[in-house]
Amino acid sequence: MLGRIHSFESFGTVDGPGIRFVVFMQGCPMRCAYCHNPDTWCLTGGKLMESSKAAAEAMKYYRYIKNGGVTVTGGEPLLQRAFVAELFEELHAEGLHTALDTSGITFDYRDRYVIEEHNRVLENTDLVLLDIKHIDNDRHINLTGKPNDNILAFARYLDMIGKDVWIRHVLVPGLTDKDEYLHRLNDFISTLSNVKKVEVLPYHTMGEVKYEQMGMDYRLKGINPPTAARVENARRILGADGAHISGETGHSDGRGSAV
Amino acid sequence: MKYKQWEGFRPGEWCEEIDVRGFIQANYTPYEGDESFLEGPTDATKKLWAECMELSAQEDAKGGVLDAETSVVSSLTSHPAGYIDKDLEKIVGLQTDKPLKRALHVYGGIRMATEALEMYGYKIDPRVTEIFTKYRKTHNEGVFDVYTPEMRRARHAHILTGLPDTYGRGRIVGDYRRIALYGVDFLIARKEQDKAVLGGDMTESRIRLREEVADQIKALKQLKKMANIYGKDISAPAETAQEAIQALYFGYLGAVKDQNGAAMSIGRNSTFLDIYIQRDMERGILTEAEAQELIDQFVMKLRLVKFMRTCDYNELFSGDPTWVTESIGGMGTDGRPLVSKTSFRILHTLENLGSAPEPNLTVLWSSNLPRKFKLFCAKLSIKTSAIQYENDELMRPEMGDDYCIACCVSSMREGKDMQFFGARANLAKCLLYAINGGKDEMATEKDGSPMQVSPPFAPVLGDGKLDYNDVKAKYENMMDWLAGLYVNTLNLIHYMHDKYSYEALEMALHDTNVRRFFATGIAGLSCAVDSLSAIKYAEVYPIRNEWGVVTDFRTVGDFPKYGNNDDRVDEIAVWLVKTFMSKIRSHETYRGSIPTMSILTITSNVVYGKKTGNTPDGRRIYEPLAPGANPMHGRDSNGALASLESVAKIPYEYSRDGISNTFSITPDSLGKN
Repeated sequence: MLGRIHSFESFGTVDGPGIRFVVFMQGCPMRCAYCHNPDTWCLTGGKLMESSKAAAEAMKYYRYIKNGGVTVTGGEPLLQRAFVAELFEELHAEGLHTALDTSGITFDYRDRYVIEEHNRVLENTDLVLLDIKHIDNDRHINLTGKPNDNILAFARYLDMIGKDVWIRHVLVPGLTDKDEYLHRLNDFISTLSNVKKVEVLPYHTMGEVKYEQMGMDYRLKGINPPTAARVENARRILGADGAHISGETGHSDGRGSAV
Repeated sequence: MKYKQWEGFRPGEWCEEIDVRGFIQANYTPYEGDESFLEGPTDATKKLWAECMELSAQEDAKGGVLDAETSVVSSLTSHPAGYIDKDLEKIVGLQTDKPLKRALHVYGGIRMATEALEMYGYKIDPRVTEIFTKYRKTHNEGVFDVYTPEMRRARHAHILTGLPDTYGRGRIVGDYRRIALYGVDFLIARKEQDKAVLGGDMTESRIRLREEVADQIKALKQLKKMANIYGKDISAPAETAQEAIQALYFGYLGAVKDQNGAAMSIGRNSTFLDIYIQRDMERGILTEAEAQELIDQFVMKLRLVKFMRTCDYNELFSGDPTWVTESIGGMGTDGRPLVSKTSFRILHTLENLGSAPEPNLTVLWSSNLPRKFKLFCAKLSIKTSAIQYENDELMRPEMGDDYCIACCVSSMREGKDMQFFGARANLAKCLLYAINGGKDEMATEKDGSPMQVSPPFAPVLGDGKLDYNDVKAKYENMMDWLAGLYVNTLNLIHYMHDKYSYEALEMALHDTNVRRFFATGIAGLSCAVDSLSAIKYAEVYPIRNEWGVVTDFRTVGDFPKYGNNDDRVDEIAVWLVKTFMSKIRSHETYRGSIPTMSILTITSNVVYGKKTGNTPDGRRIYEPLAPGANPMHGRDSNGALASLESVAKIPYEYSRDGISNTFSITPDSLGKN
């Protein structure tokens, strides 16, 4: 199965537990204002590659990632569900831990074919890193160009099937860091029983230069990264210190389900 | 026991023969614990260091040099005793009579010494100039007397670059521990014995060795005098930790008074010293705070070592490094870690005195090192960024467990190996020579025509797409020429260095029958490799200047780049290293030395890039080459491991003098707490 791949990162340490090989898939339906990988948006870019070749590329680093694993991110990896399903199956056959970093935007709870396609990926997914961009639908549309109903539905679905999830939330001053929204997001997360970790990702400006290079407008020009105090505030509200983690002590070591 | 100073030590062969490793193995105590035993700096250390910092600030304010000797040529006994604050100093000895006063070294070359002084507003005493131009030849003069026109051209065009022909070659590490363990009288007696058996046919090499051993003996006697200037006697073995550190430091101080080598490394001393510290503690005459004070003050002295350099030199090395490399840890061949409490103590100086690049604290890394030591190293690296790591697993099989690092990566068995430092050949430029038949792409003759540096070779003809096999064949020919010229140039340089600036003291602290390495080096590896890859996998068209010399390239299409763990191009790197090293090996090297090669430019890659024209990989003229074996800047696009895996493919057997990879990473990208 061929997939469109943007690039690889052989030493990923921030997308899932342990040292991870990260596959960046090409193509994304969302247009998040703070996206630091706008070069992964285009659906026709990247390079075509067999899933077996991508798996072989990851296996070059087996001795480094055997206690970490492989994370597929993007772009939006679930645009290429069949490819990711095959890749994860191959990686599981090698005994590697798999993590899927997704926005959940491709999910549609009304379409059983779509659900089935997602299931095929999830079958060999050990951990989902679910990015919830904004809890408020209108603001979600403003921030990403898409509504959040399918995303929240996907979160509930993952809970229903008992899939381990890390919730990730990018903190952008003025856009996502208001206490009101953080509390609403927390209320939502509290309804889920499969959340192993909540990560607050402070917005950074490192993506800005890519927009310049690509001749695109950067909507967040002039917005600075959040202060340490605001980050701490968000972490506290969202229980990023482990408040949501059921059945475990406060400090999880961040491992998803066992390999 | 032969000496009362050895009481409490476990005896062995080391009592009869000079065998520091044997002494360490018989007596050291591996330490598997953590750093909780460490003590902070004493008041005396704090006060002394504050005075040093004040002097250092004054030095900066004066533009880089606080004071300089202009008339007394540096030698072991050239200056009266110098102190920072005599009453507070547990370990004494300075290069001159005042801290941070630069010594005057002229045996490497009088011109360099004169220029360096002038750049900082000093004038060399005309009597010194007279002596070293009229009556006494220097290394530099010797070399230029015998350089061939071809060597001068290669040097001028910078295809051979950084050659130690105007300054001290350095890189030789005396086994300074011998002074502490045996005392100078014993070392003199052994050298006398060695000399006595150097009889038989008086061939040129035999005569020379007799003269060198005689010089070594004189140097050892001078060393005793130097210690006497400070009121110390080092003729007998050291009795306490303080005496041991003092004796060892005097050995090193003698070396830096005698030589201003590019790298003046100190060896592998901490676990050796630990034996003395432990014995003193067991005897109840030393506390932990006092032990730390000795190590802190020892390191403080090493931090004060400075040489008088020219601005060019400082530009080449991005500062004025002295490469006082101290090798720490590593594993023993018997499986015991060579980590002792003093391995912790010496690293702890980074906390007690604050972070500093010198001495260059280098941990010989093995995954088998004690876990708590590894954690301590990691903690200090995060805190200070000042620790260098080297792969003990790679070096130990060849070098055993008593080797040390000279400069940044060059390993030698302490007291048993020396080396002839060889700077480097620019392989990126060599590729351009292959294309241009040995005409330099930048250097010109007086009439503006391109300089023909090598004998004329067949250049690439026409303006069509470069043919990989054609360029590769021409590159091999050009490397044949370059390797031959390079070895011969170094042969001549080291002949003259031995003759006019022999390191008598450092060599007195080696076995007389020393193993010699011929340490060549290469620059521009990744640039040459990516250029070959471009020619092979993309389309590269030459662009010629009005003289017909190819000075630019038009590259169409993409090509695999070194640094992405892609065998298609990484194999070219392996081929290049093996090929050039094999060509080096095919030539006769000075004094039967063993050829080695390093890939280790750390900062000079910037300067070398300024002398290298446009290359087929898309690098523009004047742009830096990559440091050491690094991928070209920004071309490793698959992350750290892919980049490191590419470097790791370079065969160590063909690059025994070391492979360096400069790597920086922000703490945030190493994961989350």
